[in-house]
Amino acid sequence: MVDVAARPAATRPAVSPVAAAPARSGRLLALGGRALHRSVALLALAAIWETVPRTGLVDRVFLPPLSEVLVAWWELLRSGQLAEHVGASLTRSLTGLALAVVTAIPLGLLIGWYRPLADLLSPLLEVFRNTAALALLPVFVLILGLGETSKIALVLYACSWPILLNTIAGVKGVDPLLVRSARSMGLDHLRLFQKVILPASVPTIFTGVRLAGAYSILVLVAAEMVGAKAGLGYLVNYAQYNFAIPDMYAGIITISAIGLVVNQLLVAGERRFSTWRVDVTTA
Amino acid sequence: MSTDKILFDRVRKVFPGRRGAGGAVTALDDLTLGVRPGEFLVVVGPSGCGKSTLLDLLGGLATPSDGQVLVDGRPVTGPGLDRGIVFQQYALLPWRTAAGNVAFGLEAKGLPRRERAERVAHHLELVGLTGFADRYPHELSGGMKQRVAIARSLAYDPDVLLMDEPFAALDAQTRDSLQDELVRIWQATGKTVVFITHGIDEAVYLGRRVAVMTSRPGRIKQVIDIELGDRQAEEDVRSTDAFRHHRHQIWTLLRDEVRAAQSAVREEARVG
Repeated sequence: MVDVAARPAATRPAVSPVAAAPARSGRLLALGGRALHRSVALLALAAIWETVPRTGLVDRVFLPPLSEVLVAWWELLRSGQLAEHVGASLTRSLTGLALAVVTAIPLGLLIGWYRPLADLLSPLLEVFRNTAALALLPVFVLILGLGETSKIALVLYACSWPILLNTIAGVKGVDPLLVRSARSMGLDHLRLFQKVILPASVPTIFTGVRLAGAYSILVLVAAEMVGAKAGLGYLVNYAQYNFAIPDMYAGIITISAIGLVVNQLLVAGERRFSTWRVDVTTA
Repeated sequence: MSTDKILFDRVRKVFPGRRGAGGAVTALDDLTLGVRPGEFLVVVGPSGCGKSTLLDLLGGLATPSDGQVLVDGRPVTGPGLDRGIVFQQYALLPWRTAAGNVAFGLEAKGLPRRERAERVAHHLELVGLTGFADRYPHELSGGMKQRVAIARSLAYDPDVLLMDEPFAALDAQTRDSLQDELVRIWQATGKTVVFITHGIDEAVYLGRRVAVMTSRPGRIKQVIDIELGDRQAEEDVRSTDAFRHHRHQIWTLLRDEVRAAQSAVREEARVG
């Protein structure tokens, strides 16, 4: 015997084979229309970027038309320079992000779980959290030198906060009823943590990782503008120094593209980890 | 005394007052109540009378300030798999399927995987959810979620089933059908059931005995034996004279308590 509600959603009417072909082309059209709708703003930006320098509204030396920038980008790609800079940047930001993940998540779990530790550390966390990462760049350079270490350390530092704070929030936000229920079954602390607290906080933790992913590129580019011999930040800064303006814009476009891709990947990952959360958000 | 499965022996529970909110609150005071083995006992009382506190003490989630709670003659020292709790808000793990949730207590018990699967299937069948094993809680209706929760508590085979207003959040029809299911399951398994509710009809319909509590501090005011004759034989047991009689009996007992509770709340509002 079963309640009437929540039947499987298998009642969708089947499409007859005759109607299928026009329906499919219609759906393709709708898909194309939506894609157009979503890219129209970007296309407009590209068009403006192309025409405004050409009509002389702005000095084309400072803002070359998009086509020239793309040509410069293609040249950078062909010469292998772009790959080198992207490789250098990605290595740094991914290393920093990975280090932040492996240090901040366990630390956040500990702080979220042990209240005394949270009370002890929270004033310290507040101070550091509100200190802009880039303000500390000179300190990192002073102590760790100009090499890779200082840049990775800066990324690690910047990425740690969103992960740490989200992990703490995730652990603290676990539904107390679930904890009560698990405790009533006699679970000890370790198993309670492993079977309830950890899985319950995974979505929140992953939100932190996604934010950190964005930060990792943001702060790295800035760090690379100060004393680096490779990397996208270096490329942008160096190109500007040498008045290779199209190269500079090519570097900027690449940074945006990477940021976009990283974010999309992490959003997809986040969605995968939190499918069960629909319940929480709708109820 | 030794015939009691569960015994609340002069139990007192005091909660320390919240900071800045005045003195301590006595939730239960000198409460004594025995539950016989295999019986279906319903505890009914006005809201805020400490019904849930009673259950927390029995479940081992809280300790009495005074007196003791005995199960099989031994004092309760903490939670354990000999007592299963069913909560009003289901308390299902949202990242686990129905089957995964039912298996949860079995994992806590340390049952091998194959045996677990068998027991899960058996208990999902018992609550009528065969075919829904792979559904996540958010894909189930309220009634189905509560069935999963009941199956989860039964699966690890506790002697005592503690139910804290389990049907209060459900619509009337689902509640009726789940009440029938519960009685059937109780008869099939022979568990001792302690069922907490504020619904008089529910109490009379389910309980073989009904303990009526006083308003705060909670005590047992009276324990009533419910005699409805052969419940199966009756077409609509809720409209029989015996049912009405018991309902009125409990209603009368509760009326004064509800009044007392309300005037206490009013008093608090005036003072605070």
